[in-house]
Amino acid sequence: MNEGVHQIDDQGRLRHFLTIEGLGRDWLIRILDTAESFSGVAEQSIKKVPLLRGRTIVNLFFEPSTRTRTTFELAAKRLSADVLNINVSTSATTKGETLLDTLRNIEAMHVDMFVVRHADSGAAHFIARHVAPGISVINAGDGRHAHPTQALLDLFTIRRAKGDDFGRLRVAIVGDIEHSRVARAQIHALNSLNTGEIRVVAPRTLLPAAADSLGVHLFHDLNEGIRDADVIIMLRLQRERMQGALLPSEHEYFRLYGLTEERLRLARPDVVVMHPGPINRGVEMDSRVADGAHSLILQQVSHGIAVRMAVMSLAMQVAAPEAPV
Amino acid sequence: MSERRLCIRGGRVIDPDSGHDGVADLWIAEGRILALGPAPADFTPDRVIDARGRVVCPGLVDLCARLREPGAEHKATIASETRAAAHRGITTLCCPPDTDPVIDTPAVVELVHQRAEAAGFARVVTLGALTRGLDGEQLSEMAALRDAGCPAVGNARRPLASTLVLRRALEYAATFGLTVMLDPEDEALAAGGCAHAGLVATRLGLPSIPAAAETAAVARDLALVEETGVRAHFCHLTTARAVRMIARARYDGVPVTADVAAPYLFLTEMDLAGFDSNCHLRPPLRSQRDLDALRRGLAEGTLSVLCSDHQPHEADAKLAPFPATEPGMSGLDTLPSLALRLVEDGVIGLPDAIARLTLGPARVLGLDAEGIGTLRAGAPADVAIIDTGARWRVGADSIESKGQNTAFGGWELPGRVTHTLFRGRLVHEAGA
Repeated sequence: MNEGVHQIDDQGRLRHFLTIEGLGRDWLIRILDTAESFSGVAEQSIKKVPLLRGRTIVNLFFEPSTRTRTTFELAAKRLSADVLNINVSTSATTKGETLLDTLRNIEAMHVDMFVVRHADSGAAHFIARHVAPGISVINAGDGRHAHPTQALLDLFTIRRAKGDDFGRLRVAIVGDIEHSRVARAQIHALNSLNTGEIRVVAPRTLLPAAADSLGVHLFHDLNEGIRDADVIIMLRLQRERMQGALLPSEHEYFRLYGLTEERLRLARPDVVVMHPGPINRGVEMDSRVADGAHSLILQQVSHGIAVRMAVMSLAMQVAAPEAPV
Repeated sequence: MSERRLCIRGGRVIDPDSGHDGVADLWIAEGRILALGPAPADFTPDRVIDARGRVVCPGLVDLCARLREPGAEHKATIASETRAAAHRGITTLCCPPDTDPVIDTPAVVELVHQRAEAAGFARVVTLGALTRGLDGEQLSEMAALRDAGCPAVGNARRPLASTLVLRRALEYAATFGLTVMLDPEDEALAAGGCAHAGLVATRLGLPSIPAAAETAAVARDLALVEETGVRAHFCHLTTARAVRMIARARYDGVPVTADVAAPYLFLTEMDLAGFDSNCHLRPPLRSQRDLDALRRGLAEGTLSVLCSDHQPHEADAKLAPFPATEPGMSGLDTLPSLALRLVEDGVIGLPDAIARLTLGPARVLGLDAEGIGTLRAGAPADVAIIDTGARWRVGADSIESKGQNTAFGGWELPGRVTHTLFRGRLVHEAGA
C-alpha cells in the first residue's frame, strides 16, 4: 500500500529531484536559468557562495562513480555546504543491513539532503518515500530509470550552443538506450522542451521493448540517424553487453555505430557532439571526434557543476544570486 | 461449533456440479452433505442457519496458496493462513512444493497435513515436487508422494535442467496418474526481470520479462504434454497469446487445463508506474490487452480456475527499491470479493464465477471424486455462505492473512462471507 511520491510540494517548491518526467517545462527552464546564474561562480577567484552554509549534504552512493560524485561534491562545496561521501558498496547490505537501516542511521546524524545513486531502478523514489520530512532527495542515477541532473546538464549545454528554441533542433541519441538511465532522462527532457525531432539510433538489441512509445523516431542506421542533426549524443557502451548476446563485438559496433569524422559530415555543419562520459575511445567514437572542434564533452562536465548547484539550492529553498556575487 | 446436524435455510444455493441454482435448504449431518431441497425424513437440526438473501455454495478451493510453512514462518504459518482462508469461505488450499524443506518426501507432506489438521480451519492439499529438492535434475519419488496424498506434482516455477528432464518427468508422472502443474516460464527469457516488457518497463527502465517467456514455455510444454498424454495444468497464465494456445490445445483434445490468478484480472503494467512494490509479481502484470483476454478466457472456460496465487510476505520483503523486493501478493482475503467484482462488472455470471472457485479447481486435481468443490449428497460439508451485497474496504484492519502485501489496499469490494463450514463444522461466522 505505497503512496506516490511528489517532487513538488504543496507550496509549489522543489522537494525532491527524482526524474524529469512530469516536472514540466517551466521547472526545467527555471533550473537551467538558475544554473546560468551559478556558472559564474567557477570563474571567481574564491569559488564559493554562502548559500548552503551550515547545511549537510550526503552523497549516498550504492554504486561506484567518480565523475558524478565528484561534481555533486564540488557543487555542494561551492554552495558552502558540508559534504559527506558515503560509499555503500555491497558491504553494509551483505551484513544484513537493509537500505532503510542505512538510511535511518544517516538520518539520525541530522542531515539535510541525500544525493543518491543506486543500481536499482526506482531506488531514488523509494528513498524519497521513506526519508524523514525535511530531507530532500536528489537522484544521481537509479538503475536504468533516470539520471535527471545529467539530462539537465545536457540541456544546458545544448542551450548554450544552440539557443533557447529547441523546436528548431534535431537531436540524435546513439547507442545503448535499453540499459541507459541517461537516455531515458534525456528523452523526457528534450520532449518537455518541445525539441523539433528526437532520434534514437541503435540496433534492436539495445532498444527497450516499447521504444516507439517514448516519443522518438527510431533509426537502426547511424548514417541516416545523424543526417542533418544539430546535436548528436553518444551513449556509453558497457563492455558486458558483448557477454549478454546483445552485440557480437566492439569492432562491429564501432563499424556500424561509431562516430567518425567522416560520418560527422552527414550532420549539420555546426553539429555539436556530446557524451555523458566516460568515453570508450574507438568504440562509441573516434578520438578525433571526441577531441575535435564539434565536441562539447568537457563543457558538459563543467556545466554539470552549475546545474547541480542549481538543483541543490532550489531543493533547499534558497534563492540563487541574481548575478555572480 | 460442533453441531452435528445443520440446516442452511432459504439461501440461493449454487452448486456447479449439479447445475443447481435456486433457493433451497441444505441439510448437513455428521460432517457431510445430506440433501439439498426438502427436509429428509425424521431430520431435526441442532442448528438452523438463516441464509435468506445470501448465496450458499461449496467451500472454495484455492488452487495455489503459499502458506509459508515449513520454512518461512516469519511470513505466515499454516494456522494463520488457513484461518484467514476460513474467513473468506475457502476450505481447501493447495500448497505448492517450494517450502523449506521442499515437499519431496512423504514426511513433509505429513507435516503439512498435521499442522493443517491441528489448526482445523481448512484442508491443505499438498502439491508434490516434480524433481528432488526442486533442483530440476533428478526425479522425485512421485509414487510415494502420491501415496502420501499429493494429487499432483510440479516444479513451482523453478527451472528444469533440460527439456529432456521435463519429458521424462511428465512420462513418469503419467505412469502414476498424477496431474502435473506447470508454471510456464522460459528461465533465460525471464532472468533478472521484474516487469512486463512493455510501455511501463520501457519508461521506468525496469529489467523486463517479455510475453515470450511465457508463450515459448507453453508451446514447448504443450508439445510434450501432447506426446506423453499426461494430465497437465498450466498455472497463472498472464498473456493473451498463451490463453489462445491453451484454447486451441483443448479444442484439439489435449488433456490440459489452466488458471488465472485474481490480480491479473484487475491490474496491469500501468499499476507499476509509481514503483509500487505490491505490484511486483512473478509472472509480471502485463498489458490491458492481456487482461482483457484473461477475462474472456475465464468467462469462456478456457481458464477453468480462478486462484489467489497467495504469497504472503513480511513488511520488510516489500520495503526496498522495486527490483530488489520479493515478488508476490497476499491474495486469500480478496479472492472471493474479486470474483464477485467480475460478476458486477459483467465479465462472468455468478454461477460460472462460483464454478471457477470450486468445481473447476477440484476437477484439476480430481478432488471432485471425493465430493470436494460440490454439494453432492455424501460430500464433505464444506460450505460458504456469502452476503454478495455487503461491501468492505481492503486495508490493514480488514486483511486476515499475516501477509499485508496487497495492491488492492483502499479498494471497496463486494461480498462478505458470513459463514464457512468445513467438514460440517462452523469455522467462521461473521459478527452481526
